[in-house]
Amino acid sequence: MADVLAILPQQLVFGLALGTVYGLVALGYTMVYGILFMINFAHGEIFMIGAYVGWWVLAGLLQAQMGGLHPAWVLPLMLLPAMLFAGALGVGLERFAYRPLYLRGATRLGPLISAIGASIFLQNAVMLTQGARMKVYMTSLLFPRGWRVQIAGASISALVIVMIVVAGLMMWGLHLLVQRTPLGRSIRAVAEDREMAAIMGVNVRRVVAATFFLGSALGGAGGVLVGLYYTQIDFFMGYSAGLKAFTAAVLGGIGNIRGAMLGGLILGLVESLAVTFMNPAYKDVVAFALLILVLVFRPTGLLGEHVAEREKV
Amino acid sequence: MLKLTDVVTHYGPMRVLKSVTLEVRTGEIVCLLGGNASGKSTTMKTILGVVRPTAGRVELDGERIDGLPTESIVRRGISLVPEARRIFARMTVWENLAMGAFTRQKAPAGDLADDVERVYTLFPRLGERRTQLGGTLSGGEQQMLAIGRALMARPRLLLMDEPSMGLAPVLVDHVFDIIQAINRAGTTILVVEQNAPVALSVASRGYVLQNGRIVVHDTARTLLATDHIRRAYLGED
Repeated sequence: MADVLAILPQQLVFGLALGTVYGLVALGYTMVYGILFMINFAHGEIFMIGAYVGWWVLAGLLQAQMGGLHPAWVLPLMLLPAMLFAGALGVGLERFAYRPLYLRGATRLGPLISAIGASIFLQNAVMLTQGARMKVYMTSLLFPRGWRVQIAGASISALVIVMIVVAGLMMWGLHLLVQRTPLGRSIRAVAEDREMAAIMGVNVRRVVAATFFLGSALGGAGGVLVGLYYTQIDFFMGYSAGLKAFTAAVLGGIGNIRGAMLGGLILGLVESLAVTFMNPAYKDVVAFALLILVLVFRPTGLLGEHVAEREKV
Repeated sequence: MLKLTDVVTHYGPMRVLKSVTLEVRTGEIVCLLGGNASGKSTTMKTILGVVRPTAGRVELDGERIDGLPTESIVRRGISLVPEARRIFARMTVWENLAMGAFTRQKAPAGDLADDVERVYTLFPRLGERRTQLGGTLSGGEQQMLAIGRALMARPRLLLMDEPSMGLAPVLVDHVFDIIQAINRAGTTILVVEQNAPVALSVASRGYVLQNGRIVVHDTARTLLATDHIRRAYLGED
């Protein structure tokens, strides 16, 4: 037991790092649900493709001997294209895979099934173009293993700190955008009452596209961070990560932005505690048991409100 | 200013508006009367492009607007105070007003701030509750917020859908006083009401809608004075 307690601070920090990234990816699910009432099942693949874009950039830079760049620039250079590409992909999916369905009055299941199809399509597209074998993130060249700080008995690597800071800053940025800017207000207006938002002069389609872009860009950033953390990526990584992030979104209350962040954090922490105190094989069991428990007592999730649903067309 | 000519609107296979012809001239208050399911709200939604007419034309200042998307119609200077208020419950009073000014994002911040203050002067209760969430307001306060929100767009034409619904009688008088004040300040108003006597007392002209057709059209004074119309269409004994 003493051993277990000794590694507890360490595990909590891992949990925090994983949790912020889950939260980042969960935001994509929750934002899209909030505005369209659909689960974008292809979001996990957007996350995976973000990881691939980051990998291309990193591999390219390494091959060019960093091109004379200071290493501090590498992470932003990986994140930016990953986020732009993922964001554009999200917008494209909405435009070509979902919008034609919901505009023609398909039931809510229509776009959902289209999303599952898009997910399978994207997995296979990546497998065919990039190969089925794993790609290795050369994380240790960017964040050498020796870079660590000791805090309260935990030895924390520079990478973990960077993950927490980057994911935390992005969530904070999104929070400010949604709460303080006209675009954020129009996103909330469309989520609450689409027809009334249009009557206020909001271009609803543009807001839906912006929401897909933001959520997908954050998912792409999450892919890069997870790639750096686990150092291996493959075309199937979006499936389990997507499921986890979706769980986090539901745990926090799907449709609620702060809920996704909170759900991600809790899920990350609970998983790392499960790994600490019991057989690591049970970590998913613990995560989903927690989800079930929360949904039994709070069916709308931790921060989800029960809002009488107005028909969204 | 606004002209509907033989407008027909369907919801799926159901023909809700069968033939609506009406006109609102600049500076007027016109009221559209009718019972439940007569097509009043559908007329409003058709004007705003929320539903598209299947026949007929809607013109604003002589230009056709039917077929345009809602957001471009409202940008031409039309605002709505919707039925049942439909304020944004999860936004603060101030944010609701900011949404009302959504079409004026290029206006100087000072102008918008002045307009917000003007709404707070018109409805002091809103000023006291500016940071409160819309959903926590009382029904009367929500109605004030819905009116304030619509005014934030500085509309030339204000559409009001049942502004008296669900309000205490004292508040109904207050709301109609405000409607008159808004009109005197230069806004043309089309108001849909079931409460015919109150609406006609402020309007210059009225239309009666029944089963998707305009059945009567006259000056407000005549409509109020004509016994058989009051009995037949305005729900009075």
